[in-house]
Amino acid sequence: MVPFDFAYYRPSSIAEATALFAALERDGKRPLYYGGGTEIITLSRFGLVSTAAVIDVKHIPECRMLEMSGDSLVLGAALSLTELEEANPFPLLTKAAKEIADRTARNQITLGGNICGQIFYRETVLPLLVAEADVVIAGPYGIRQCRFLDLFHQQLQLGRGEFVVQFKVDRATATLPHFHRKRRKQGEVGYPLVTIAALKKDGTVRAALSGVCPFPFRSAEVEAHVNDRSRPVGERIQAAVDAFPRPILHDIEGSADYRLFVAAQLLEDMLRELGDEETV
Amino acid sequence: MAVGKSIIRKEAWDKVTGRAKYTNDFKEQGMLHASLVTSPYAHARILSLEARRALAAPGVHAVVTGEGLPLTGEDMRDRPPIAVDKVRYYGEVVAVVVADTLAQAEQAARLVRVVYEPLPAIGSPREALKEGAPLLHEHLDRYEKNKTTYPEPGTNVAHRTKIRKGNIEQGFAESDVIVETSVSFAPSDHAAMETRCATAEIWPDGTIHISASSQSPFMIKKLLHTYFGEETGNIIVHTPLVGGAYGGKAPVQLELLAYLASKAVGGRKVSVWNNRECDMVTSPVHIGLEATVKIGATKDGLLKAMEIVFLFDGGAYSDKAIDVSRAAAVDCTGPYRVDHVWCDSLCVYTNRPYATPFRSFGHCEQAFAIERAIDELAKTLQLDPWEVRRKNAIRPGHTTPTQVRLTKSNVGNMPACLDRLRELMRWDEWQCVELDAYTVRAKGISGGWKTSTIDTDASSGVILTFNSDGSVNVISGVVEIGTGTKTVLAQIVAERLKMDVDQVHVKMDIDTQTTPEHWKTVASRGTFMAGRAALAAADDAIRQLKDIASCVLRSSPDDLEVGFGRVFLRDDPAIFIPVKDIAYGYKFPNGNAIGGQVIGRGHYILRRLTPLDPKTGAGQPGPEWGVCAEGVEVEFNRRDYTYRIVKAYAVIDAGNVLNPKAALGQAMGAMSMGLSFASREGFLFDHEQRVLNSQLRTYRPIRFGEHPEYIVEFIETPQIDAPYGARGIGEHGLIGMPAALANALSLAAGVPLNELPLVPELIWRRQKGGSHGSV
Amino acid sequence: MEETTKRELVLHVNGERRSIVARQAETLLFVLRDGLGLTGAKPGCLNGDCGACTVLVDGTPIKSCMMLAIETVGKEITSIEGLDDAPIQHAFVRHFGFQCGYCTPGFIMNAHALIERHPNADEATIQEWLESNICRCTSYQEIEAAVKEVLEAKKAKPTDP
Repeated sequence: MVPFDFAYYRPSSIAEATALFAALERDGKRPLYYGGGTEIITLSRFGLVSTAAVIDVKHIPECRMLEMSGDSLVLGAALSLTELEEANPFPLLTKAAKEIADRTARNQITLGGNICGQIFYRETVLPLLVAEADVVIAGPYGIRQCRFLDLFHQQLQLGRGEFVVQFKVDRATATLPHFHRKRRKQGEVGYPLVTIAALKKDGTVRAALSGVCPFPFRSAEVEAHVNDRSRPVGERIQAAVDAFPRPILHDIEGSADYRLFVAAQLLEDMLRELGDEETV
Repeated sequence: MAVGKSIIRKEAWDKVTGRAKYTNDFKEQGMLHASLVTSPYAHARILSLEARRALAAPGVHAVVTGEGLPLTGEDMRDRPPIAVDKVRYYGEVVAVVVADTLAQAEQAARLVRVVYEPLPAIGSPREALKEGAPLLHEHLDRYEKNKTTYPEPGTNVAHRTKIRKGNIEQGFAESDVIVETSVSFAPSDHAAMETRCATAEIWPDGTIHISASSQSPFMIKKLLHTYFGEETGNIIVHTPLVGGAYGGKAPVQLELLAYLASKAVGGRKVSVWNNRECDMVTSPVHIGLEATVKIGATKDGLLKAMEIVFLFDGGAYSDKAIDVSRAAAVDCTGPYRVDHVWCDSLCVYTNRPYATPFRSFGHCEQAFAIERAIDELAKTLQLDPWEVRRKNAIRPGHTTPTQVRLTKSNVGNMPACLDRLRELMRWDEWQCVELDAYTVRAKGISGGWKTSTIDTDASSGVILTFNSDGSVNVISGVVEIGTGTKTVLAQIVAERLKMDVDQVHVKMDIDTQTTPEHWKTVASRGTFMAGRAALAAADDAIRQLKDIASCVLRSSPDDLEVGFGRVFLRDDPAIFIPVKDIAYGYKFPNGNAIGGQVIGRGHYILRRLTPLDPKTGAGQPGPEWGVCAEGVEVEFNRRDYTYRIVKAYAVIDAGNVLNPKAALGQAMGAMSMGLSFASREGFLFDHEQRVLNSQLRTYRPIRFGEHPEYIVEFIETPQIDAPYGARGIGEHGLIGMPAALANALSLAAGVPLNELPLVPELIWRRQKGGSHGSV
Repeated sequence: MEETTKRELVLHVNGERRSIVARQAETLLFVLRDGLGLTGAKPGCLNGDCGACTVLVDGTPIKSCMMLAIETVGKEITSIEGLDDAPIQHAFVRHFGFQCGYCTPGFIMNAHALIERHPNADEATIQEWLESNICRCTSYQEIEAAVKEVLEAKKAKPTDP
């Protein structure tokens, strides 16, 4: 439950949303855009979220768009994870989404919320990173479309008043051979120890990881080692692991060295399943 | 008629329709709400506490602090209900804010300013016992305590139970091998789905009305008297259905806070409801343990001696943790004949949340230590671990660690349990087998037993009243916490009165003013004690019915029988009077009336229980020993150290199964809880003993889909003085699970696994040979 | 006048039109229990982890502790009190699918929605849906039996509503 008070707004267009934000910001209401609301509600109880106004973006048509024909898939940021899983426009994203929280929670958690919230796992980021998606962002200065990779550095870099409208994924890329594995400390529900999402394009593996560091990442250096066929697999993987960004998480889910052990094995599984040949 | 049948729970339809109400479901206009201000430190001096801003916040009526309050605790009074001067565990209550709404109370709680001076925090019993460790309770010598509690002032030992049976030196002298095994696990949580809740209201005439999600409504009355001097006759406790308890709702904590809060607001009704985080950490927890077991045996595996040290992590305050440490000592050897036993069981103070009974009351903890040690012994001797257990299985004629002589009635059939387990598990076919390069399947087993260790004067009462349709109401102080005991009581009454169980109604709620007392709903003694009381009440009702009927039927009561809704002549059942015509007395055709409402009364008190001798531990703590043999089959992946629990087995001597489906449910539920505890539960602490995982998101019990196949069978060796021979079984499913899982995984991984929880990282670390690499 | 964020909300709950005044920041769980007297949905964690608060919003299971009441205006809310003699309720009773009963309303709502939505649900789907609810008393074996029995019955009589 939310112990403090806030006002709830439900704009029906992008323009209305950004205008509302600006007005509420001016009035000192510290507004927040509101997707599924699961984080805002649960973190409020601990004082980790504080606001006097929430702007629900789930009734903005562009944010709910799901376009599966055409060269580009359009995935509205206000679609729930189960909606995306059931429509299954992007199988790797479906696999990633299915491992997050539990199904009932996923009926509420939105794609945008999973990516832009405070909890740092952001596992739906991984397929978008390896598919090299575009992101469509609305803000006080209008709407812009950028490469997701350009804007995502540990977090999505959004300006004040901006929110994510959609993701666009090249349809051909979305059907490439892919791999997803999530290992937890124990059991089938919970935060990741290590999550890997990968796809293979033109004989090259692209891999993104969550749970290893306090942010999801895709690293060119890591991929270079993984794809370096001049070396034996074991060496490549060790080099890739050594090239992981730092810090490696060391927390209640597991120790840093155990995480690296798990990551190395999952990378091995990835190479085995995606095949190590040069061709697709 | 009813006993032995899987009668549907009396409250079943209430529960599947949302009609069933638990303590926090009773909403009253004008009721005030409390929010607890808790300590962010595990050990600190409270330098100052300032509540001015909180008091000024919207809706706030009072902020209650700890000054001038009496110390509390069931065996020894060492715990302030609200911390004053010092906090001794992370999450300890330092103030209670009372406001109109819960949201307002929570907002205001944030405004209470407390200044702490952190002190070094102790994180395990061994640390607490080290030379020079900080003393958590400087005044240990001054605390009020009961006669059977032995604290050691100047140390962090709250209590020591000694078991000295036989001659340990002689035992080891007669042994060919001596094997020493050490085990450990941190405190964990009961994690009942319903968090604890208590309300209190003080009426103008001074009566104190409490409602509580509690296993001990009658204890609440006693303790409010003991601690605060309130007359027990002025205290009325209401306990409705309880949403899971598992021992965690036996202690009295929130009820005291609710009472103090109500006093602070002129007697208005105040509700103290735990959010999940407080329920996990602020309220008492499942005890932790560091234990060492030294077993002496012949080379044929005959047990000669056991030297056992239990260091229980009782946490910051002793409350009911002392009793748990005592109960583990009582049954310290496990269900095996051991003539020479030396056991010291300590309840140790640490800066961790304070502990309370967890389902099996010290026995799954004791079993984990002993059963891992037995497997290690078997490995050393190169003997089959099942054979070693079977060879030493306890039997009538043997004595327990507290030197009680066992009979066919007061102990279940351990050999039969082991024999049946061996068959069910197909133990002889394989114990460890490789399925492929990476996958190994392994089996692990464990024995288990338990008697209850409860007050020697614990008793239970039952009242039966009749309705004008001849149906009966059963009124008992047993709380329905999910065990189904209330339904079993209806079956017992139906059986004795030879009536349709649908005609036996049960009052589910407890109201201590009108419900006869049942000591506490704990210890798997509900069916036994309340069942005996119900039988006595039924017999009393039968006598009264016969008395009235004898006038009507003009026959001696000795010639009459009661059954099938009638009182009839034994040798001519056609001569009868319907029960419903005499349950309220009888009116003759000419208007004369005799008798009155039939009210059956019955009670039962456990007999010949004695406390333990302080030097030897000899004594009779409980009426009977339930036994079980349990096992687990795992599939272990050698490459990544993950595993799946494939099957879980339990053979339990139930005496007589009164309700088969309910008994199965209890057994499997207990097994699930044991497997969940062993495979993934446990609090994680940082270096300052702050709990890091106090949410169900980070403390994750077992989920649907992770469950193994459960195979449960009951042996039936009746206990002579139990109702229809039934032994208590609510806890037994749990007892052997942690040890069986550890035994299976130790075999599969090829390395001894003596710590819990058994997560893949632990197995990986032990196999690598690394030392403890936790956070 | 003191400022307040309270609003009168008109909610459709269990087929009835219910009016309630609540803070805009109030969760659906709180409004159902404290405002409308529908205490079947339970608080187990207030964190979306346990599922005891599960209700259906337009037929979809939702953890009501994590949804604002105001968001549900215009939607159909079904709580446990809105089920009437549902096959899943009978199955839970017959199979002893609960003990303390606290998790039961949430489990039943989720299972009911699963059966309505996926009458041919396979093992993976059943597990995926039902792992959203924690039960601490049972071993899940009885719950599994209850759900599978209702699914079997639906397969046998596909024209049943």
